[in-house]
Amino acid sequence: MLTATDLHFCYPEGEGAVTNGVSFEVAAGEIVSLLGPSGCGKSTVLRLVAGLLQPDRGSINWPVGDKRLSFVFQDAALMPWATVLENVLLPLSLKGKAGDRTEAALAKLASVGLEGYDHRYPHKLSGGQKMRVSIARALMAGPELLLLDEPFAALDEILRFQMNEMLLKLRRKQGWAALFVTHSVYEAAYLSDRILVMKNGKISGEFNPKLDRDKPSFEQRSSKAFTSAVANVSKLLETRQ
Amino acid sequence: MKRILLPLLALLALIFVWHVWVAFGTIPKFILPSPASVFTALLDNLCTLMSSAGQTLRVTLIALVAAVLSGVGLALAFSLSRTVEMTIYPFAVILQVTPIVSIAPLVLIWVGIDHVERALVIIAWLAAFFPILANMSAGLRAVDPHLGDLFTLYGATRWQRFWRLLWPTAMPYLLASLKVSGGFALIGAVVAEFVAGSGGATGLAWRILEASNRLQTEKMFAGLILLSLMGVAIFYSFVALERWLLRYRA
Repeated sequence: MLTATDLHFCYPEGEGAVTNGVSFEVAAGEIVSLLGPSGCGKSTVLRLVAGLLQPDRGSINWPVGDKRLSFVFQDAALMPWATVLENVLLPLSLKGKAGDRTEAALAKLASVGLEGYDHRYPHKLSGGQKMRVSIARALMAGPELLLLDEPFAALDEILRFQMNEMLLKLRRKQGWAALFVTHSVYEAAYLSDRILVMKNGKISGEFNPKLDRDKPSFEQRSSKAFTSAVANVSKLLETRQ
Repeated sequence: MKRILLPLLALLALIFVWHVWVAFGTIPKFILPSPASVFTALLDNLCTLMSSAGQTLRVTLIALVAAVLSGVGLALAFSLSRTVEMTIYPFAVILQVTPIVSIAPLVLIWVGIDHVERALVIIAWLAAFFPILANMSAGLRAVDPHLGDLFTLYGATRWQRFWRLLWPTAMPYLLASLKVSGGFALIGAVVAEFVAGSGGATGLAWRILEASNRLQTEKMFAGLILLSLMGVAIFYSFVALERWLLRYRA
């Protein structure tokens, strides 16, 4: 679905390259995690894919039609002056198509567990609820690819588990692909179909966790495949540093 | 309730102390009149004072509207062009830091000989303009960068970006500056009337000046009370407007 080839990028005011020849693919319906230490260029790769930055060299190819993507940031980035419903409708209202999509937006809110929250303002929501709204808004754009930049980093562990479950459930139902930036080896191992380990602006390793998605969450998290994924990815991170 | 009751009690206590001090002290009436004589002067001159208050309020509000339009307009120009900002901002700062009392006579000579009210408005505008420009500029720069990215990603037009992102982001800053500039506009109007003297301005400040020249201290106090009430009314009008427009934060 998406092929990124030899991406080079350097911020004008920065020193040295942020990404230095990054190449990868994301298949339809696949969750790919970008894992690595702070400043290794993970978020820059996401912004390059989104078209928010232009690569100095290299290319990003979308073989089928127009790119349809959405972005979820670490902070929920909600409009505080707009209700939850208006926030969710943002991608459509900017295209003048929000009028007849209220029902769809309410359904998206229900799918993230926020039924009945449509008329509330973000100020009244908890951190986890804000992030759910942010995800509902991203899904409202009907993305083929969801770009997630450490969306759960600011949440506590229990909430993080719940959000991981919710994300996998939504992906199963809706079938979008995701490029997921995270610092957490456990989160990457649990959520991903593939993990790309980044170091100094390059992809330095790749691992496929191969979890049995038909099993309940706690069984997946205690499975040999999961612990082996965590161990192997940790090793990749250590040996490459 | 406590918020209203406590200052009200403090005011009553102050008036009581003032009354006792004047009644049992040896202070001449022209230095400090009693609260009762101030109240009597207020009632006796109510028509004249209210008419003058209306003129001062008119100058203040026209200046404030002009300050909002020019401050917001210039802040928008700054947000669109760094060159415009670098060229004009220093002059705005010069206007702000130069004491209004020293500019007022010049404005009166240039504009006020035939059109005193126009000069008063310009002086009041000079006092009110800068806080709006500074706050609005800060507000337009305070846009959440991630929200800005989303607007780009979802193909927002320039107008959508302004109306649905920049304007609501800047609104709290603008409303905060209005509370300050409302008071500044009134101060500017009063300063302008003082400087204009008897040159055609008949606002509340001029009435105070007139009463001062005749040593009618109680009338001066009456004028001062009306000026204070006007300032308080302007301030709390903007507090109410802020509460209503930013009710999503409640």
